[in-house]
Amino acid sequence: MPLRIATIGGLLFLHVPLFIIILYAFSAEERSFVFPPPGFTTRWFAVALEREDVRRALLLSLQVAVVATAAAMVLGTLAAAAVWRTRFFGREAISLLLILPIALPGIITGIALRSALNLMDIPFSFWTIVIGHATFCIVVVYNNVLARLRRSAPALIEASMDLGANGFQTFRYIVLPHIATALLAGGMLAFALSFDEVIVTTFTAGQQSTLPIWMLSELIRPRQRPVTNVVAVFVIAVTLIPILAAFYLTRDTHEAAGGGR
Amino acid sequence: MTTLAAPSPLQRISTALYLRPRILLFLLLAPPLIWLGVIYLGSLFALLLQSFFYIDEFAGTIVHDFSLRTYGELFTRANFDIFLRTAVMAAVVTVAAAIVAFPIAYYMVRYASLKTKALLYLAVMLPLWSSYLVRVYAWKLILAKEGIVTWIAEQTHLAWLLDSILAIPVIGGPSLSISYIGTFLVFLYIWLPFMILPIVAALERVPASLVEASADLGAHPGATFRRVILPLALPGVVAGSIFTFSLTLGDYIIPGIIGNSRPFIGQAVYQLQGTAGNIPLAAAFTVVPIAVMSVYLMIAKRAGAFDAL
Repeated sequence: MPLRIATIGGLLFLHVPLFIIILYAFSAEERSFVFPPPGFTTRWFAVALEREDVRRALLLSLQVAVVATAAAMVLGTLAAAAVWRTRFFGREAISLLLILPIALPGIITGIALRSALNLMDIPFSFWTIVIGHATFCIVVVYNNVLARLRRSAPALIEASMDLGANGFQTFRYIVLPHIATALLAGGMLAFALSFDEVIVTTFTAGQQSTLPIWMLSELIRPRQRPVTNVVAVFVIAVTLIPILAAFYLTRDTHEAAGGGR
Repeated sequence: MTTLAAPSPLQRISTALYLRPRILLFLLLAPPLIWLGVIYLGSLFALLLQSFFYIDEFAGTIVHDFSLRTYGELFTRANFDIFLRTAVMAAVVTVAAAIVAFPIAYYMVRYASLKTKALLYLAVMLPLWSSYLVRVYAWKLILAKEGIVTWIAEQTHLAWLLDSILAIPVIGGPSLSISYIGTFLVFLYIWLPFMILPIVAALERVPASLVEASADLGAHPGATFRRVILPLALPGVVAGSIFTFSLTLGDYIIPGIIGNSRPFIGQAVYQLQGTAGNIPLAAAFTVVPIAVMSVYLMIAKRAGAFDAL
């Protein structure tokens, strides 16, 4: 019984703050964090959508996440395919290298990328943000695809080859459909990770701002709090939907979705 | 006699690759390795290199000579305080996370039905993946002077308790959102799932037969817990502590938004590379958490924590 109470308490601790954000997004209060909110309104949603800076940040976040995810899906799948079933010198080092961008604190990845960009006189742009994001997104795709490959039967591939299919056909008709949901799940996690990333972005973004960067600046110097609350709800929605979808796609191997963040 | 059609180019490439698996492996590995090896490791190396340069105090420019001068600066009183403050916070957050996470993980593995377990797993995972910044923001709303905690304290006539907690020197402050207590709470909240999941993984691997054997041999449930389950779950706790400790060492956003103005390592690095323009010292600063984490990972590996990751 005490164990049950501790569990419920712990889960409340994890979830109540998220509900509070949603509650505040509908608050009629304009200036402060007063609790309880004096009244409720949906008008801040309209105000937030009208704001040019919010729309620009949202668009940039979506574009970066799409391109970074695409790059991570290609690179992560290649790495998973290479590590699966082949033993070679440096295999352990490669798995370490893949985890490193996520295992080391984000500030180290960020400052390292920034100082390298400075050293090579590369100006900050859309692409520098994408490079930063793809670097730490590769591992989630890799983890998901590798987990799926490990549970698949190599005999299928051999059978396809025996029946006369070449390597490309085998990949297209046998391997790809087999790993499709894991690949999609990895891609969705990568998308959510990129859409939400703030630390590495602050170092590689220059003047542009993604939605999390916009939020960070609002947290440090608040301008219109109700708009920030609405954007916060929006960020939760955009990150949670792909996560839930990824969980659903890999529900038979539940460790795949949580691993490697 | 039938003649075979000439193989298509694609077919020929495929056959060639099949016969030379080394080349195939190389082609598969080259793009991810070039990306991570050149862009990522290259950047880390460039950073490390710059930590050996130093700032010319008079000109304010970076001198590109190798020296250990910058590392010497790490040992000044002010910088040492920053390391100490961050390390103490990381240690306290790690211990608290282990204490809060263990019962949840234990309940999930030992008592919950299969269906509840899947639900609980999702309930722990969702906050882990949902927006970091939004969750920090939520705590700003909760801990602010006019926020929820103050309201609850007033409603329950416990305002005096809140005031006396805030009056404690060092960890107190003008409000929870401007104190180390607030910083600690948010760190604990944000990293908690990183502690729960590895402990669950470790507990899952404790064989039920071992627990039964312990009971059969006459051990009290408490004794079984202390002498069988706890030692076997320890690698999970160590694995979780890798995350909680490392993430606290490097984070600069949480103490920047919730806490007082005394900086943590991450904030010092951020200010040094940004406003101060002292990249060498910023780089030397980052070497400290990397070194601490390398030692930590080595010890954790010996404790078998990697199997619980």
